[in-house]
Amino acid sequence: VGTGITSYSTYLPRWRLDRAEAAAAVGEKAKGSRVVASFDEDATTLGVAAAFGTFPAGGTGGTVTNPGALWFATTNPPYIDKTNATTLHAALSLSVDCGAYDLGASVRSAAAALLAAARTSGLAVLADVRGGQPGGADERAGGDGAAAFRFGSQGVIAELLGSASTSAEFLDRWANPGDAGSRAWEERFGEGEYVHLAERAVDDALKSTGTVIGDVAAVAVAGPNARAVRSVGASLRRQAGITAADGDLASLVGNAGTAALGLELADALDRAAPGDLILVVGLADGADALLLRATKALEGARGPAVRDGIAGGATVAYPTYLMWRGHIVREPPRRPDPARPSAPYSSRNAAYKFAFVGGRCRECGTVQLPLPPVCLRCQARDSCDPMSAAGATGRIVTFTVDRLAYSPNPPLVSAIVDLDVGGRVQVEVTDVALEDLAVGLPVRMTFRRLMTVDGIHNYFWKAGPL
Amino acid sequence: MATHSIADKVAIVSMGCTTFGEHFDRSTDDLLVDAVHQAWEPLGFSGEDIDAFWIGTYTSGIAGLTLSRPLRLDGKPVTRVENMCATGSDSFRNAAYAVASGAIDVAMAVGVEKLKDNGFSGLTTPRPQDDGTRATSTAPANFSFLAPAYQEHYGVSQADFRQAMTHVAWKNHANGALNPRAQFRKQVSKETIENAPNVAGQLGVFDCSGIADGAAAAVLVRAEDAHRYTDRPLYVKALSLAAGYGAGTIDPMYDYTTFHEVTRTAADAYAQAGITDPRSQLAMAEVHDCFTPTEIVLMEDLGFSARGMAWKDCLAGAFDLHGDLPVNPDGGLKSFGHPVGATGLRMLFEAWLQLREEAGQRQIDTASRGLALTHNLGGQPGDCVSFVSIVGSRLG
Repeated sequence: VGTGITSYSTYLPRWRLDRAEAAAAVGEKAKGSRVVASFDEDATTLGVAAAFGTFPAGGTGGTVTNPGALWFATTNPPYIDKTNATTLHAALSLSVDCGAYDLGASVRSAAAALLAAARTSGLAVLADVRGGQPGGADERAGGDGAAAFRFGSQGVIAELLGSASTSAEFLDRWANPGDAGSRAWEERFGEGEYVHLAERAVDDALKSTGTVIGDVAAVAVAGPNARAVRSVGASLRRQAGITAADGDLASLVGNAGTAALGLELADALDRAAPGDLILVVGLADGADALLLRATKALEGARGPAVRDGIAGGATVAYPTYLMWRGHIVREPPRRPDPARPSAPYSSRNAAYKFAFVGGRCRECGTVQLPLPPVCLRCQARDSCDPMSAAGATGRIVTFTVDRLAYSPNPPLVSAIVDLDVGGRVQVEVTDVALEDLAVGLPVRMTFRRLMTVDGIHNYFWKAGPL
Repeated sequence: MATHSIADKVAIVSMGCTTFGEHFDRSTDDLLVDAVHQAWEPLGFSGEDIDAFWIGTYTSGIAGLTLSRPLRLDGKPVTRVENMCATGSDSFRNAAYAVASGAIDVAMAVGVEKLKDNGFSGLTTPRPQDDGTRATSTAPANFSFLAPAYQEHYGVSQADFRQAMTHVAWKNHANGALNPRAQFRKQVSKETIENAPNVAGQLGVFDCSGIADGAAAAVLVRAEDAHRYTDRPLYVKALSLAAGYGAGTIDPMYDYTTFHEVTRTAADAYAQAGITDPRSQLAMAEVHDCFTPTEIVLMEDLGFSARGMAWKDCLAGAFDLHGDLPVNPDGGLKSFGHPVGATGLRMLFEAWLQLREEAGQRQIDTASRGLALTHNLGGQPGDCVSFVSIVGSRLG
């Protein structure tokens, strides 16, 4: 077995937008629902949530688990100029000598991240928050989500047999920086281009690996042109003799931009048997074909399936969704403007702020967050060893719904949480219905964006219902 | 190590207190001059007669210049004190210790706050620069943490606790209605209190103290000199201050049903004053009713009620104006609002009036019990500074 995927994980946010409700607002009709990131989620936080699942249960970071590099692909980067991948790097407690890179904000960066990670024994994180003009079709067709893939040569669950790529300059879908949505040429034009580009890339990938299309057991296709994706997918499945009705993820989740390719691949891995050949095709300004073979190690290495994350969820009303995306601006409270986080302070405290690392006292064993200079129980100085509480579970000790405080999505819900690993924090509660708040409610810590001030995204951890 | 009692070493010989309220027409300077001159007037004092000043303010000024400039004091020692909502009390505490030390003959403790110039809803808190990980919840939200935790811990229904909260608000507004210096001088019906718009958690508007401007001042001298200035001085019996380590947001041992800092200051103050049963020995208490659940929990922390019983005692009227132990006979923060730096001294001002039997319509029986307690709290449950003083009308 050569190099390939060693672990994978996906994340779908809790919220669903009813397409019919969104369409009705502009006198149109639509079916089903799409997955929607909460107001405090962005491509980076979605990416963090997915990437955590690629690490062993023992936690992130350290020399054993550090990837060769981190490759982050999104069409909706929270920052430009500044690298977003370093936020993921910090949240995942990766070591300082691990490169962390954003790929350009095109859908094709998804394939680039997978190929780059494959070549560097790295971690590819594909995450997107896809919207569109308010009331438009793209807004309803889009989806939010993330997928992460770890590559290496030890414990490979899907060997990368080979890949091939084609490129072409043509206008199918485009946007300018700052646009609320993208624009598209008529779909049939792009479809014609993609069919040819995909044929050549798939052909080259098969030839380079000495395989034929008939050997392929599963096909995963994604791209911004839905018509091209359906057409290429149907053609490949027909040639491969695959009868299973795949290709419905884009309807159930919505087209999740860079994450769409990752979600399709993860869905295939969720269902693959050892030895199965998986053909992954990204259609974005060219075609990227990757041929993978599932190994025996796959079955013991699966986390929660993509489709498990689709079930459940809670519906967000369309006006609320529009506020979350900034298309409707709420009247602010008569309170002082929130303060921006200090750069040096955030840097000093990065282990806590981004990776939720606290300390455990060597003298008395007391867990406390953040890691303090003096133990709260025995007052020993510099006695704490770092201890991660990222993703920790806990219970609400007491809670409040604060209707006076500033919040991007008022009211602000705040709780005192005792963590099962020890320690206590006061944090915001997210993804919760107010009527479900209760003393003793089990929660899990999740990485979120609290607010943005002066263009600085204030990332920190919140508690969400288990 | 211990806090040594300075009981009967220091006396208050005069006090002043402005009306509290939305003084859009009065500045910090105006309020300070008013409170200080009220205190000077019966003594015929001017600035020259005071040897040292402590000025408490949370956000309305910086340095002793906050007081020396408007009073036109030339070269007097003036110290600015800040200890959050206990600022006014700590100004008094520092002045009292200066007199007790023998270094200062005549000291003044002054507190002021001008909150109504900023146009914001609720109290705003200056925060040192941070990394954005500290909770941004507001004061009512932080104090509202008490209610669910208390109810869960003692098995009290939300409806029963609501009634006790309502009683606290109703009682304090009823008391304030009798006080010409209060911000709100109207009785408020229990129905109005319970139907008020929600602010945070289980707290409605009437469960929260208001935002007001105000100032208060006290003149302190050695006890043996007191009768040179007044026939009816008050003697400082106890002073206690405690700052916690912030247990509320870091320590699972803290359960949000109590203020440990208050329990500690109460025990310390009672020991200094030789009080063994506060509920029967005190004539009155002014406590920090910033929010109605705070007052309920304080009844237990100050030893007025058994643990888990304060909500019942409140409902039974034990702390009403003519109850077992009148609490906040002047109307409390509920009726006065909370000009942060002034509040602690405003509480002492009520003790001054009541123990000298100058409280008019609010006058309670202080002839048989000559001791009053003031309690002032800054911060939030599990992360606060607490102050307790006991003053008395008689020596010994």
